[in-house]
Amino acid sequence: MSSGGTRTTGAAPRARQAIGYLILCLIALAFMAPLIYMVATSLKPESETFTTPPALWGSALRWQNYTDVFSYLPFARFILNGVLVAAVGTAINVTVAALSGYAFSRLRWRGRNVVFPLFLATLMIPQDVLVIPMYVMMQNLGWVDTFQALIIPWAFTALGAFLLRQFFLTVPQELDDAARVDGAGTVRTFLSVMVPLARPTLAVLAVFTFISYWNSFLWPLVIVNDVNARATIPLGLQAFFGQQGNEWSLVMAASVISMLPTVIILVLLQKHLVRGIVTSGLGGR
Amino acid sequence: MTDVTTEQAAPAEEEVVTVPVAAPGTAIAVDEEPEARRPAEVGRRSWWGAAFAAPHSIGLALFTVVPIVASLVVSFMNWPMIGDHTWTGLENYRRLFDDPVFWVVVRNTAEYVILYVPLNLVVSLGLAAWLTPRIRHRHIFRVLFFIPTITPLVANVVVWRMLYQPDGLIDATLQSTLGEHAPNFLADDTWAMFAVVAMSVWAGFGYNMLIFSAALDAVPDSQIEAAQLDGASAWRTFWHVKFPAISPSIFFATMMTLITSFQVFTQPFLLTKGGPGTETETLVQYIYNTGFQNQQLGLASAGAWVLFVIILGITAVQFLGQKRWVHYE
Repeated sequence: MSSGGTRTTGAAPRARQAIGYLILCLIALAFMAPLIYMVATSLKPESETFTTPPALWGSALRWQNYTDVFSYLPFARFILNGVLVAAVGTAINVTVAALSGYAFSRLRWRGRNVVFPLFLATLMIPQDVLVIPMYVMMQNLGWVDTFQALIIPWAFTALGAFLLRQFFLTVPQELDDAARVDGAGTVRTFLSVMVPLARPTLAVLAVFTFISYWNSFLWPLVIVNDVNARATIPLGLQAFFGQQGNEWSLVMAASVISMLPTVIILVLLQKHLVRGIVTSGLGGR
Repeated sequence: MTDVTTEQAAPAEEEVVTVPVAAPGTAIAVDEEPEARRPAEVGRRSWWGAAFAAPHSIGLALFTVVPIVASLVVSFMNWPMIGDHTWTGLENYRRLFDDPVFWVVVRNTAEYVILYVPLNLVVSLGLAAWLTPRIRHRHIFRVLFFIPTITPLVANVVVWRMLYQPDGLIDATLQSTLGEHAPNFLADDTWAMFAVVAMSVWAGFGYNMLIFSAALDAVPDSQIEAAQLDGASAWRTFWHVKFPAISPSIFFATMMTLITSFQVFTQPFLLTKGGPGTETETLVQYIYNTGFQNQQLGLASAGAWVLFVIILGITAVQFLGQKRWVHYE
């Protein structure tokens, strides 16, 4: 807002700027059109979802669609499953990544220089390539169609170790030393000095891990048989879509509900999310 | 990635931030080499380090290293979902390469990648360049463009199904303005892939836009002002100053986008089911169908390994090519 002031004087450039801004707003509006249309349709009576010419609003705002979603399919169950799977998976991932990130940055141990490159190498493996062998493994463990199969296989991705290592490398050594002088051992130093310092980084990792569990589709599609009991939101939504293919207003209401948590996270935590993406490539797809 | 693989490199790399820890009660020996410390101390630290890394390492070994190795083995076997497993050597790969549908899905996937990646990069780079810090409310624009990237892809796809449908938003708009029907995008041989790509770009560019936007913010003002003083136009300033400065970010984004676009699944699977015919069926959907519809996990593993090798190959080519256009400061 302060930069570039030298080039914005005079009426002509200012007019050009205003027009540019207007075009940008129109682009943003066109971009948002599908989402606006989604919300609008979710509030229409079913008979008015397809009209020519298209209308943004129906004859009435039918909020009831949102409650109907929950009676057509166990949508509350899907939300609960999604929260359970994402929360447990995130807790595991953040915990193991904090420990290994610390080990890779502040502790010296034999094998470290072999294990860390291996961690990085696993980042090269696409999850989709792992789906078939993971399924065979789940068969052997007897985990097909269970919650642990939704959670455990993806709880150990290496990105968090990398992210936390980067963070711990920036912490001044004096802090460890001070803790040590006070008589704290490795575990105490980690828990009472390092973890509190790393809280922002841990939060970024947690948010991205949670979102990637929440949005995951292919793995639940493969591993869940009893959709009504164990589906997370995307799988449930897909099932809903197949089943209620003609009930577009309900499908749209379900879509809105499934997007809400992540949109709220995005709006509240945008600065942290941007930092996580920019510094570590988190959340790519 | 390779800078930590040698014993000598590691301490040198971290000297700035990590100095060896002194034992409690002793003087803090800042400039001592770690190897020079008391053996007991080294041993104790060694044990803790391995212990801290153990949970993550074991988990990663069990759920990533074992499966990836297992999948290579399975790809050489006849492995039906239920029944006996037998070693068949290269039979799965031979069957794969003899299957005309396999080549169709390879071509479809390549088509998708060739359309999607440049479009994604142009749109994201263009908007990132547009959203300079002096654009009012830029953070609102950034959040808006990022929404589809972070919300469930399934939900976004479902919305686009409604736009593309006959009598859907696009068709209805055309009918009422031009009096003509839109093509049946998702059931039309020529339109289906474009429809899938358009939806995917809409849903995916926000991520790269954020990366580019942050990279552009980090370009020093002094460099830009110097170019402007030399009379360079905004266009020239962008290509000669900003673009080289952010080329590492563009390299990173291109790689990630390429890798993920080869794995496209959800959009065609839910928009078209791979149709019409096999017009939009992609490699991952082929792997999914082979493994979980036809229940031939060996054949599916072979397909997955072909995908993996393609991705590794593309990544290697990218790394080799980067010297020509990526400038690291």
